[in-house]
Amino acid sequence: MIAVLDNFWALLGLKVLAATGVILTVALVIIFAELKISAHMQSRVGPYFAGGRYGWAQPLADAVKFLQKEDLVPRDADRPVFKMAPMVVLAGTLAVFVIVPFSPDLVVRNLDLGVFYALAAGSIGTVGVLMAGWSSANKYSLMGGLRAAAQLIAYELPLVLAVVGVVIASGTMSMVGIVEAQAEPFFHLGDTAIRLPYVFQGQIVGFAIFMIAMLAELSRTPFDMPIAESELVMGYLTEYSGIRFTMFFLGEYAGIVAMSAIASTLFLGGYYFPGLDSATFGPVVLLAKIGLLAFVMIWFRWTFPRFREDQLQSIAWRWLVPLSLVNIAVTATFKVVF
Amino acid sequence: MTSADRQTLSMHHSEVQVSVELQTPDMTLNLGPQHPSTHGVLRLVARVDGEVIEEVEPVIGYMHRGYEKLAEVRTYSQITALVNRIDWVSGFANEIPFMVATERLMDLEVPERAQYIRLILTEMARISNHLVFLSSFPLELGASTPLMHALRERERVLDLIEGVTGGRFHPNFNRVGGVKPAAGGGSTQKKVIQDLPKGFLDQTREAMRYVRDVCDDMVDLVLGNEIFMERTKGVGIIPADRALAFGVSGPNLRASGVPFDLRKTDDYLPYSTFEFDIATGENGDCFDRYAVRLEEVIQASRIVDQAVDSIPAGELRAKVPRVIKVPRGEIYVRAENPKGEMGYYVVSEGGRGPYRLKIRSASFSNLSVLPWLLKGQLVPDVIAVLGSLDFVLGDVDR
Repeated sequence: MIAVLDNFWALLGLKVLAATGVILTVALVIIFAELKISAHMQSRVGPYFAGGRYGWAQPLADAVKFLQKEDLVPRDADRPVFKMAPMVVLAGTLAVFVIVPFSPDLVVRNLDLGVFYALAAGSIGTVGVLMAGWSSANKYSLMGGLRAAAQLIAYELPLVLAVVGVVIASGTMSMVGIVEAQAEPFFHLGDTAIRLPYVFQGQIVGFAIFMIAMLAELSRTPFDMPIAESELVMGYLTEYSGIRFTMFFLGEYAGIVAMSAIASTLFLGGYYFPGLDSATFGPVVLLAKIGLLAFVMIWFRWTFPRFREDQLQSIAWRWLVPLSLVNIAVTATFKVVF
Repeated sequence: MTSADRQTLSMHHSEVQVSVELQTPDMTLNLGPQHPSTHGVLRLVARVDGEVIEEVEPVIGYMHRGYEKLAEVRTYSQITALVNRIDWVSGFANEIPFMVATERLMDLEVPERAQYIRLILTEMARISNHLVFLSSFPLELGASTPLMHALRERERVLDLIEGVTGGRFHPNFNRVGGVKPAAGGGSTQKKVIQDLPKGFLDQTREAMRYVRDVCDDMVDLVLGNEIFMERTKGVGIIPADRALAFGVSGPNLRASGVPFDLRKTDDYLPYSTFEFDIATGENGDCFDRYAVRLEEVIQASRIVDQAVDSIPAGELRAKVPRVIKVPRGEIYVRAENPKGEMGYYVVSEGGRGPYRLKIRSASFSNLSVLPWLLKGQLVPDVIAVLGSLDFVLGDVDR
């Protein structure tokens, strides 16, 4: 056993399998949470029978059902691109987790440029969406794919700019480093050291911008135009069925987990919680923060209508980008002055 | 590739031309007949440039059931079963103008209690129709929660309609000269006069309270929502003169600022004895069309409350011969249906069924404004405009 673990590739394979399993499990939990929470928001019961109690096995049952469905490829579709698109989406999402620290040691790779990597890997998914939209040979898919691309270009900028504030404040781009910086005492009140996550250290504007841009990146309501089912049938997902649809679906929710993990690491203190040992409780703390942000996203989804394409663009360029620039300037000034 | 080949290709697939010659011709987008937001089987053939509509042509007729022709081979009492399937969201209201037309041709006096029951059920049909609109329109803009809240209260109203008539959507409750003895007890053959179900009036008052509550919720949740305002204000404006020119009627017309309501001007049911306001909008945009219908639900519940309080006792049906023959003549009767003006032109040659029946349905005329209205709109706005006009394809095609 130990001998196997000495082999680099075997160890890597095991790590990837374990990480993928955990992430997809969390994604399934969030799918279940969405089913239940939306049901209670709408005076419904939600899943009830699957699994015996509370319908906890509903996402699993759905997944099994999807796996049994025929994997249809439209006749005019660009077959290789069409078949690859869901894999690109899922892979891009999973790649983000390489740098997410679940505790000081429980991190696949503590890159010095962690933030940079996370944002880059996070946008790969949109390439997959564009591939899906283009290759489906369906006008609704095409419009959905193009909307997703336009959305990515508009919202990648505020997303990155919002993070710059945190990077300036912490002085590092390593995800572990950023968490450690938030664990430092912010100020002292008498003898007690007050430790605050960045969202309470003046990065509240950055956090808000990051959350909004994140919703747009993930195509969640109120920015779900790429799959707007009342306009574009199902957007870029229109022609997908069976296991490929499942991959998109899981990719969407794994994306929620990934972006929530980044947001909680950057702004909410990541695996650190005052008074709890990070090495032991780190993963639990981070998962709790992910759950909190995921709940907010689910809450938004069942409360808001969706914007129009042009309104989305105007929010990004006229509000978020200038605001995040101001945020950077203010953060930098404070950093220099104090 | 020869030029002849290229031409054949471009004749059949405009998309192929894009890849071969790198031109960007306008795309023809076929919205429907199977599309989530076309309320059934409306088909819109749109020429789009990106997401901007350049031209749109509604194609209707997928649900033509030939009711006008079918009516010619049916008796007057059989036709109610046809007409309440025209606009199935407000089935009961469709029966009224036809019955009133028949009764006027026969010179029948309908007992007052029957008229009140007709009025109460018509207004309940209006409430149920508008609650469907109030819930489905936000759904088209991407908000799914109002659907559940409004439909929950609509279910109370439908239950009450079912309690009286025996049917939720297709009551088939009107008879020439009055209404059918209520469901659940006896028949005319047994000479047992059955009336409204026990407790109906109290339950109706309670249901109206719930309806007004959910309307308050809608004002807060939907009308007060910033994104909803962004999406609907100034979108799909129909100015009053265009609305009149296209024959738009009902809430769509009133949203454009024309205070025209057949309940105030015509006397097909005793509306003149009740107090209610005509809800009007100012701009004629999607927002106003939503707000007007919201207000109409509240006004309708007011009417129902007054009618329930003042409903007189008496007969449910006038004395009519067993075989109903309508004297020779012709008449047009119109009524304010939930979706707009609904009229029946009945021509009688003295037989047991009409010689000719012409149905003027609200949705058909309301839809005629689409090609003019949608020109230059964005695809997301098309969905908003379609939803805000509140049509039903059964009402368009008949």
